[in-house]
Amino acid sequence: MAAGTTRFCAGIVSTARPVSIELKMADYSNKLYQQLEQETGVKTGYMKTGSISLAQTQDRLISLKRIASSLNVMGIPCEIITPKQVAQLHPLINIHDLVGAMYVPEDALVSSANVSLALATAASRNGVQIHERTSVSHVSVQKGRVTAVETDRGQIQCQYFVNCAGQWAYELGHSGEEPVNIPLHACEHFYLLTHPLKEPLASNLPTIVDPDGRIYIRNWQGGILSGGFEKNPKPLFTEGRNQLEIHNLQEDWDHFEPLLSALLRRMPDLEALQIMQLVNCPESFTPDMRCIMGESPTVRGYFVLAGMNSAGISYGGGAGKYLAEWMVNGYPSENVWPLDLKRFGALQSSRTFLRHRVMEVMPLMCDLKVPRWDFQTGRQLRTSPLYDRLDAQGARWMEKHGFERVKYFVPPGKDLLDLDQSKTFYKPDWFDIVGSEVKCCKEAVCVIDMSSFTKFEISSTGDEALESLQYLFSNDLDVPVGHVVHTGMLNEKGGYENDCSIARLSKRSFFMISPTDQQVHCWAWLKNRLPDDSNLTMEDVTWKYTALNLIGPRAVDVLSELSYAPITPEHFPSLFCKEMSVGYANGIRVMSITHTGEPGFMLYIPIEYALHVYNEVMNMGQKYGIRNAGYYALRSLRIEKFFAFWGQDLDAFTTPMECGREFQVKLEKGMQFVGQEALLEQKQNGVYKRFTMFILEDHDTDMDLWPWWGEPIFRNGRYVGKTTSSAYSYTLERHVCLGFVQHFDEKTGEELVVTTDFINQGEYEIDIAGQRFQAKAKLYPFSSLFTHRRRKDEEELSGYQRE
Amino acid sequence: MCVCPGPRRIAIPVRSSRLPLLSDAMPAPAHLFPLIRNCEISRICSTVCYCHHKHLCCLSSHFAHSHFRYAPQKKFAALYRPKENFNHFIHMRDYASTPQRFYLTPPQVNSILKANEYSFKVPEFDGKNVSSVLGFDSNQLPANAPIEDRRSAATCLQTRGMLLGVFDGHAGCACAQAVSERLFYYIAVSLLPHETLLEIENAVESGRALLPILQWHKHPNDYFSKEASKLYFNSLRTYWQELIDLNSGETTDVKEALINAFKRLDNDISLEAQVGDPNSFLNYLVLRVAFSGATACVAHVDGVDLHIANTGDSRAMLGVQEEDGSWSAVNLSYDHNAQNEHEVERVKMEHPKSEEKSLVKQDRLLGLLMPFRAFGDVKFKWSIELQKRVVESGPDQLNDNEYTKFIPPNYHTPPYLTAEPEVIHHKLRPQDKFLVLATDGLWETMHRQDVARIVGEYLTGVHHQQPIAVGGYKVTLGQMHGLLTERRARISSVFEDQNAATHLIRHAVGNNEFGTVDHERLSKMLSLPEELARMYRDDITIIVVQFNSHVIGACQNEEL
Repeated sequence: MAAGTTRFCAGIVSTARPVSIELKMADYSNKLYQQLEQETGVKTGYMKTGSISLAQTQDRLISLKRIASSLNVMGIPCEIITPKQVAQLHPLINIHDLVGAMYVPEDALVSSANVSLALATAASRNGVQIHERTSVSHVSVQKGRVTAVETDRGQIQCQYFVNCAGQWAYELGHSGEEPVNIPLHACEHFYLLTHPLKEPLASNLPTIVDPDGRIYIRNWQGGILSGGFEKNPKPLFTEGRNQLEIHNLQEDWDHFEPLLSALLRRMPDLEALQIMQLVNCPESFTPDMRCIMGESPTVRGYFVLAGMNSAGISYGGGAGKYLAEWMVNGYPSENVWPLDLKRFGALQSSRTFLRHRVMEVMPLMCDLKVPRWDFQTGRQLRTSPLYDRLDAQGARWMEKHGFERVKYFVPPGKDLLDLDQSKTFYKPDWFDIVGSEVKCCKEAVCVIDMSSFTKFEISSTGDEALESLQYLFSNDLDVPVGHVVHTGMLNEKGGYENDCSIARLSKRSFFMISPTDQQVHCWAWLKNRLPDDSNLTMEDVTWKYTALNLIGPRAVDVLSELSYAPITPEHFPSLFCKEMSVGYANGIRVMSITHTGEPGFMLYIPIEYALHVYNEVMNMGQKYGIRNAGYYALRSLRIEKFFAFWGQDLDAFTTPMECGREFQVKLEKGMQFVGQEALLEQKQNGVYKRFTMFILEDHDTDMDLWPWWGEPIFRNGRYVGKTTSSAYSYTLERHVCLGFVQHFDEKTGEELVVTTDFINQGEYEIDIAGQRFQAKAKLYPFSSLFTHRRRKDEEELSGYQRE
Repeated sequence: MCVCPGPRRIAIPVRSSRLPLLSDAMPAPAHLFPLIRNCEISRICSTVCYCHHKHLCCLSSHFAHSHFRYAPQKKFAALYRPKENFNHFIHMRDYASTPQRFYLTPPQVNSILKANEYSFKVPEFDGKNVSSVLGFDSNQLPANAPIEDRRSAATCLQTRGMLLGVFDGHAGCACAQAVSERLFYYIAVSLLPHETLLEIENAVESGRALLPILQWHKHPNDYFSKEASKLYFNSLRTYWQELIDLNSGETTDVKEALINAFKRLDNDISLEAQVGDPNSFLNYLVLRVAFSGATACVAHVDGVDLHIANTGDSRAMLGVQEEDGSWSAVNLSYDHNAQNEHEVERVKMEHPKSEEKSLVKQDRLLGLLMPFRAFGDVKFKWSIELQKRVVESGPDQLNDNEYTKFIPPNYHTPPYLTAEPEVIHHKLRPQDKFLVLATDGLWETMHRQDVARIVGEYLTGVHHQQPIAVGGYKVTLGQMHGLLTERRARISSVFEDQNAATHLIRHAVGNNEFGTVDHERLSKMLSLPEELARMYRDDITIIVVQFNSHVIGACQNEEL
């Protein structure tokens, strides 16, 4: 036990994490470890030393300030300090190249092996059996459920299995008949141990993190322990298991040289310190630098907790708690979607992909995390048939669930900054480019390739499809054929598991469009809940269709020229779906939705027609001023229209009632549906948080830091929630932030019902990296923005979007 | 004669009493090097000018025509146009007398060195690589203008294995060019099994698409003659038709295939020149090919089997890493020249005792040719009658040319020259890390041991520096840091080149007496005017093939 990489772990418990759920896990771990020794009697070596994260550049300081803002509102003490204060806290640090630092006094050091031992001891006392030196050969599965674990000492029957095999989790996942994809890959990780200083270092000296130097330094038995995340990591075990090798991995001093240089630059006095050892302990990394937990989408009862990206000791306690809740209650007590195994599928499980991706992820541990960065490795995996065409027209790409999507189009003759130089917390260099795309969407017509969306077809021979869907979705799907319905796929608590559009193609078949990263999650959710009925079929048709979003007031003109079918608002009102011909191509599914609130159409085109239809649209559109646009324009459009999107604004803990979407719920549709009770209760008692739109008032787009997401919201000077997304509105010429407002009792901190009055009667401020900007709160979008309203019905306009 | 630029390789004696004087007057490159080292470029240049001048006088009075083949084009023109020659001479004097030194900047040096570099990596998929060859780097540095060296590399598509070769032309580049285009096809065809040959023949017969035989790996500067392709193809087809008829039924032995291919191609070159071609351009081309010459050093790598077929004085060398990490060189070819006793013996055996004295003179075959084996060079192969007949019926350009008309002295029992290669087979071992194929331009300036060390250290870079281990020693962070920085500095100098062949040329041309590259010297050597370059260095062509020790090790284990 704890003999793997845990034994080598540096033992730093640090809560300074940029992702909110990770921050919560680290905070819980810290509090757990603190009391562990007292509870179990096992010495854990817990020592509250605090940690200091150093900034060598202004940009780094901004990123630290952002973290500090979110730590503070969580109640975790934290302050931004000057270089001088750093010198007072730590005697050895060279502060000459520093611009500031962040001090988190509650951070701690532990002995990771002993923490494991203490946890195991506590578990044993509660009846847990631990089999050491027992190797698992595979997990037995029957009818899609875990039944037993096969080990070299025989079979152990079980209902639940948790794969916590660390860097071997990938292989263990693949060892059974039913493979479970756990995308992670190991890299060598080095840290240095020294002999004690002449005057041994105090054991309560704060841990130093110097991300610009890519190193961390903690005190260790009077000397130091220092490691880091180099730019050129060495991935290993790509081919698979070699558990023996882990114990004789080589020290590689040449590889460690840049980190050693950084260490001596930070603490020049250590020159004379004697080396004890250079430890090489592999760490596993995931494709998006977030850990992996949750239930397998294919095998029920098969849980996973792995891929800690070298922060295992910080996350361990919290992750264990959420996973336990998940197994016992069926869901954890926090939104863990960012860590959910189901955000990945088989497509992220190529070893080559993982090998290349982790070589990018590991250096990212120390790289500056700025808004809108995209991974550069493992790209061009899934592409639309129009990829080359768009690329040739200046498309710049980002990736979602392996799918390449256009951010924006760089006009000919215009140059943007290199990738490295374009990293900024301020106004980005594409500002004007996206501005002109937005303008074109507003005034003429644009085409956006949105093929990445997940598309399912559900049909049945009888009424099974309708009946099941009516039960699983909150809106009424018993609409006339050819109608499109926006609806949530809710859980028992009324929270959004998915937010989608469903078109009724015929009496018995439905076409469902969900966000790109829902491909695995939504499939598993429906599979587990749809009746096991051979008359009912569900098919993933994502790959079969190319989706073009024709957006703007002239979209109707372009489309009518390409088709003989009448598409005037009378014949083709909003939220309709028709199969029609476009150019020579027949059978194009045209839907009068645009996901932005702007007028226009989505064209679902069988892929072999994609190029033809695109060419026709572009040719015909010329006289209407058509141009290509990307997701950044789409994003700006929908955020200024107050459209929430799943995965960013909406999650399993948000109900339609909380985001102003009661109209998308048909509580009286004549039959029960999932989440109905919870929604009824909310309707009666009111909501405890409310999705709100904020328009920044005194924010200078050119000079001030841009909001991103996760910024704390203050109402009358008191913290009430966090933003979930933001964008610059080219129409309002202001920044718009979307976020949730809660109401905490001033004395007890208890959550109270949020009323419309509470929202409207407040002075709001948004905290961007410590600087507060005044904001105006709104519960409904600006109606004046809709200059081209085509239908009195505001249904689409008032709230549906995703990214 | 023709001591100037081209003629080192082949010399034609002239009945001139002044000749010895001239020969003495032209300093051998080696003698000049110390001068360059001492930065006395002006002295060198003035010396050269002096020689040059005298040389011209002598030439013009005696036989200007005979110079045609060897002298760089420009120089030759100079002979006929006194005015230009004069300008040229003036220019030379300017160059010599200008006090300010003219140096190339490092980027300029690099752009010269890298102009012809080429790298090929055997495609690997998903970290797996089934080829014993990881890839190769190649490069050429011209001294002649135009360069007379050629190189080729190709993967056999119908059989396994990879072919790589360097070709050193003399008396022009025509023969080297032809051999570089054609030889690999002859080898590939020789290796093909009977069924594949039949299939190919049937495809040609019925006008269907041919199976591709070779996948070439060419630098953009490596060209193929479009005009001659039809002619070359027909000759090749005749060859495979004969192979089909001969069907021995036995599996093809690589060694035999290589020998057959070499001999057959040389034979075809000879035949094509005798038959001629109705197209006057082609007719002239085949004659130029036949009357010029080329040596060839070709490697065929298939799994652990490495075959080297060598004709002439280019060389193949294997870089071996010893257990202690040091590098040693293993020769995989023998030079065919006067320094090779066996070769002298062979030549003597093939001719009557009466010719023994005249066969090898001044370390040259018949006193003329340095390599003892070569493609083309029909002057050393055909009977006197045949030579006369072909030259007389040939185009005027040929007829006007003194060199082609000239018959070697003591020419009694041709042929004196063969293209038959000497083939060495080597089973690759995991310690065999790379193979260097290079024309004599490299081997003249560098010892093979140095070549092995320089390439070995380049290819392995940091990874094979002895790793540092702290062990039980008392090392401080500062000491370790110093050590590591020093190691890194050493490595970064190596990584200036992305191509092992370029790196080797940099050393070959720029090495000072300490065996390290001296930029000043490199700059001087590369800024020599075209006319002079050939006196200080020969064309250099290098291919460095890197082996995959993992694959080789695995193959070995399988065989065990």
